[in-house]
Amino acid sequence: MAGSNLPSEPPRSGAPLWLLAEVTYRCPLHCVYCSNPLDFAKVEDELSTADWKRVLREARALGAVQLGFSGGEPLMRDDLADLVAEADGLGFYTNLITSGAGLNEARIDELKTAGLDHIQLSFQDSTKEVNDFLSSTRTFDLKVKVAKLVKQHGYPMVLNVVLSRLNIDHVDKIIEMAVALDADFLELANTQYYGWAYLNREHLLPSRTQIERAERVTNGYRAKLGGRMKMFFVVPDYYADRPKPCMNGWGSVFLNIAPDGLALPCQAARMLPGLAFPNVREASVREIWFDSPAFNAYRGEAWMREPCRSCPERSKDFGGCRCQAYLLTGEAANADPVCALSPRHRVVEALVERAQTADLVPTRPLVFRERKASRSPTPA
Amino acid sequence: MAEITLETLPALRSLYRLQWEEAQQAWVLLYPEGMVRLNVPAAEILKRCDGTTRVAALVRDLEHAFGASGLEGDVHEFLREAANHGWIELAQ
Repeated sequence: MAGSNLPSEPPRSGAPLWLLAEVTYRCPLHCVYCSNPLDFAKVEDELSTADWKRVLREARALGAVQLGFSGGEPLMRDDLADLVAEADGLGFYTNLITSGAGLNEARIDELKTAGLDHIQLSFQDSTKEVNDFLSSTRTFDLKVKVAKLVKQHGYPMVLNVVLSRLNIDHVDKIIEMAVALDADFLELANTQYYGWAYLNREHLLPSRTQIERAERVTNGYRAKLGGRMKMFFVVPDYYADRPKPCMNGWGSVFLNIAPDGLALPCQAARMLPGLAFPNVREASVREIWFDSPAFNAYRGEAWMREPCRSCPERSKDFGGCRCQAYLLTGEAANADPVCALSPRHRVVEALVERAQTADLVPTRPLVFRERKASRSPTPA
Repeated sequence: MAEITLETLPALRSLYRLQWEEAQQAWVLLYPEGMVRLNVPAAEILKRCDGTTRVAALVRDLEHAFGASGLEGDVHEFLREAANHGWIELAQ
């Protein structure tokens, strides 16, 4: 999801306007940058249809209005159309975030009847070779077919391509593919380093030259295409000198429900130690959102340390991303070290410096998102 | 960008959905993975962008609804902005 699309002025009541329903971690693809937790295979006890419907009702009553069905591959759930129909009846704007695997004519008809509003389809690249390599599947041709189905059925279509060192040089071809498929929006989202992407960072982090070229090319197409297809280009955090306002602030507008019912302030937070995330099986969405210690842990500014605590930009970026702070400094309450003002910024600089090596030889092999790798205690 | 005249027929693009949100006490414009919260005048104009109401009638209707006059300039300005955002299509 493009962070720039998040509502800029959350109401005073602080409702969870954005609900991301990760209905399953099951997925036929094995993308090397997957943002699912490394130990996703441990999660087998998925919420029931009735559980999900209750979550949708409770979240909607609090003011949630944008709803993403995500995963994993959400189409792996047989009850997806049933959940979409419930959400549509409640007045949600419903987004399906899919790899395309499992989306045939019958399924897309069923979803249309249920009231699905929009489909976001991922491609791993504009070439069959790289698409199929990065996902470790033969899915490129299928995705092209699905894109045509999506448009034939009158859906708005967002194409999402996660960029990395391995495909970013194809950005011109990726844009041309999106135009040819008649996408309404194209998200060129550079990989952010959580989950499997963190594990594979050496392979995935592009060089500065690559990023600058890709941005230049994208801007060139923006000028050429005019308003025909909107494009979002998301720069990797590691190349920014100020952190992103992650999730518009912890527990501010975004609520993620994991397949097993765990309620999280973002997709990556599951791995943060020391926080007891509540489960929708044990508490209402209202209790979780307003009262749980986990959702209040980094809300507002009281938790901040220096340099954030006295920083004039703290109300703009909220100290950045708690997960990134934890992964790179060992403590979630530290400033996000992508910030040049962080005393630990050197960690990020070192990673970026290494990515400038032309013939970089990673120190360990690329790990695909697979059950077997997920079950071993250290997937690397 | 097409010029906006009194004869123009503005229509909300099918990508967008206009909806009253009780929790926010506001009209919002919903689109793929995004939302814009609208102020009252913006919502009142967009509600009337139905593809069959010409700008002249839209202005008259608004002036009548709000007991105001001289809204034409404001309506033109907002429609231009809405078209720039891609929220509406303009037919003649």
